[in-house]
Amino acid sequence: MDTLIGIINYVVFFAITAGTYGILALGLNIQWGYTGLFNIGIAGFYALGAYAAALVSGPPPSAWDGRIFGGFELPFLAGLLAAAVVCGIVAFLIGIPTLRLRSDYLAIATIGIAETIRLVLKNESWLTNGVWGLQQIPSPFYDPIHGGVKAFLGNHPDLQGWIHGLFSKAYNWFYLFLVLAILFVLYLIVERLVNSPWGRVLKAIREDEDAVAMSGKNTFSFKLQALVLGAMIMGIGGGVYAYYARFISPASFKPLYGTFLVWVMLILGGSGNNRGAILGSFVVWGIWAGTDFLTEYFPFSATQAASLRIIIIGVLLEAILLWRPQGLLQRERKPSKTP
Amino acid sequence: MDILSRIPQLLVYGVISGSILSLGGIGVSLIYSIIGFSNFAYGDMMALGAYIALGLFSLFVSWSIPNTPLGPLSFGFGFILAAIFAIGLTAVAVVLIDRILFNRLRSHSSVILMMSSIGVALALRNILQFFWGPQPHYYIERIQIATVIPGLGIRIKPDQVFIILVTIVLVVLVHAFLKYTKMGKAMRATADNNALARVTGINTDRVIVWTWVIGGALAATAGILAGIENKFITPELGWQMLLSIFAAVVLGGIGNPYGAIVGGMVIGITEEVSTAFIPTGYKPAVAFIIMILMLIVKPTGLLGKRR
Repeated sequence: MDTLIGIINYVVFFAITAGTYGILALGLNIQWGYTGLFNIGIAGFYALGAYAAALVSGPPPSAWDGRIFGGFELPFLAGLLAAAVVCGIVAFLIGIPTLRLRSDYLAIATIGIAETIRLVLKNESWLTNGVWGLQQIPSPFYDPIHGGVKAFLGNHPDLQGWIHGLFSKAYNWFYLFLVLAILFVLYLIVERLVNSPWGRVLKAIREDEDAVAMSGKNTFSFKLQALVLGAMIMGIGGGVYAYYARFISPASFKPLYGTFLVWVMLILGGSGNNRGAILGSFVVWGIWAGTDFLTEYFPFSATQAASLRIIIIGVLLEAILLWRPQGLLQRERKPSKTP
Repeated sequence: MDILSRIPQLLVYGVISGSILSLGGIGVSLIYSIIGFSNFAYGDMMALGAYIALGLFSLFVSWSIPNTPLGPLSFGFGFILAAIFAIGLTAVAVVLIDRILFNRLRSHSSVILMMSSIGVALALRNILQFFWGPQPHYYIERIQIATVIPGLGIRIKPDQVFIILVTIVLVVLVHAFLKYTKMGKAMRATADNNALARVTGINTDRVIVWTWVIGGALAATAGILAGIENKFITPELGWQMLLSIFAAVVLGGIGNPYGAIVGGMVIGITEEVSTAFIPTGYKPAVAFIIMILMLIVKPTGLLGKRR
């Protein structure tokens, strides 16, 4: 019974993380899947969103903190909004000099901005508390739910052990519901957008930018909008992570691995297909979590196993690119294909 | 006043790191202009070269191949031999990666190649980390005393002079190769217009292999020189320099190897001089900001053609 409880609790935790990645993959899908923009600074926007949310909702600086700013104790939705707005502004600033040029420039610039964000988080202690990070980020409704369940279990010590084991993690269930609800709402919004006339222009840009420009559309403006919108969604993903983790520091954000995982998720799931993006996040996170056993069953050290996991994901990416570039779910049929 | 007096010294450091960035930049530029994509695995190809040199060097030490320091340098014959073999082996490895992967993806858009190179980057880095671990490894654990240039008060180590000299020799060699050999001319023609080059009977597949050979050799050299300069190597060695290399390439005009040299020097010097004014940790951000400014002012770069 205890194993079963352990598995259930793990699955809930697993799904929260996979759902958070799903939000990132949705954001990337707007940029890459629908518009063909090559953003490899996802981890930067993710971290930026997390910090923005934490600074908006977290407690004011304490006596031990190096930071002297932030901590407005605003509610959850205000934090997510701030995360989206900050990421949108940064994406806007990056898009302006790069989106008129070949896609290589955007790629290099997004790596650059991710690296710059990482350096700022680490060095600007007055804002980010440096390597010590931000603590006590309030999870929404944590006290009523966790406190309530705890009080109930405290009042009923006669209940069986497994009930205690199961319900002591009840807050995670709530958070899973919250993550999936946010993911679903974002999914509906993105679906609606990409199937609108606006979205059709994006897809047309992906297929043949010159032709779209010839037909009188300002492709630069559309690309900028897609970049900003995608980054805003990634920022929300960062916020969702921060409220769950309750503690973030520069070490929480592995610069390239995070970006890379999201890319593999989208490409495996099927870029240009929102359901594919979400499916890919659960599958790839499953593979990633599944390779955790490497340390247990093979004589590898922890760092070796960590390396091996990334090598496996790298090989997976190359295999998809070589043999199934369209991913698991193909993109929906393009309107232009209809005779 | 104190800051200003440090600047001549920082200029010298800038030229040293600029040399390494230039070598990497030439490689990235050649691959970009001939094969047509930004190779994000380039930094990790540099690290690969540095680690192959490390492996061979320890092998040679165990075979008691002599490594008595050559003159004022901190290393000797054994290390140079290891470096030369490592440069060759890296070139071979890079060609193999192309045959297995990039060559098969070439029919897709260049963005797919870029993405694939990110996979290669992470795989290579983690293969190095798997075998050697994340901790630093030292080529030679010996502290070299810097020589003070009289009159200027600038300190420079013999190893650093070696780095600059190797860079000059390689830049001249690459220039001569591109300018005077048949393959070099074929490479330039392919870079200019791939379709036209093929029509005129140039074997573009051979051109691509040669591009990888030169790109791989330059990557390994840059990686090994970075190891000599830093005194140690880690699997992150190349990745940490990649942003600066790309900034150098964009600054000089993407796809132009001569621009990469200019860009490498400008980035190297600016990064070092910036440490007099802002925290050292921001070095990569300095390169990035210069690159963004260049993109706003003149996206084709300092030496780029108008498009």
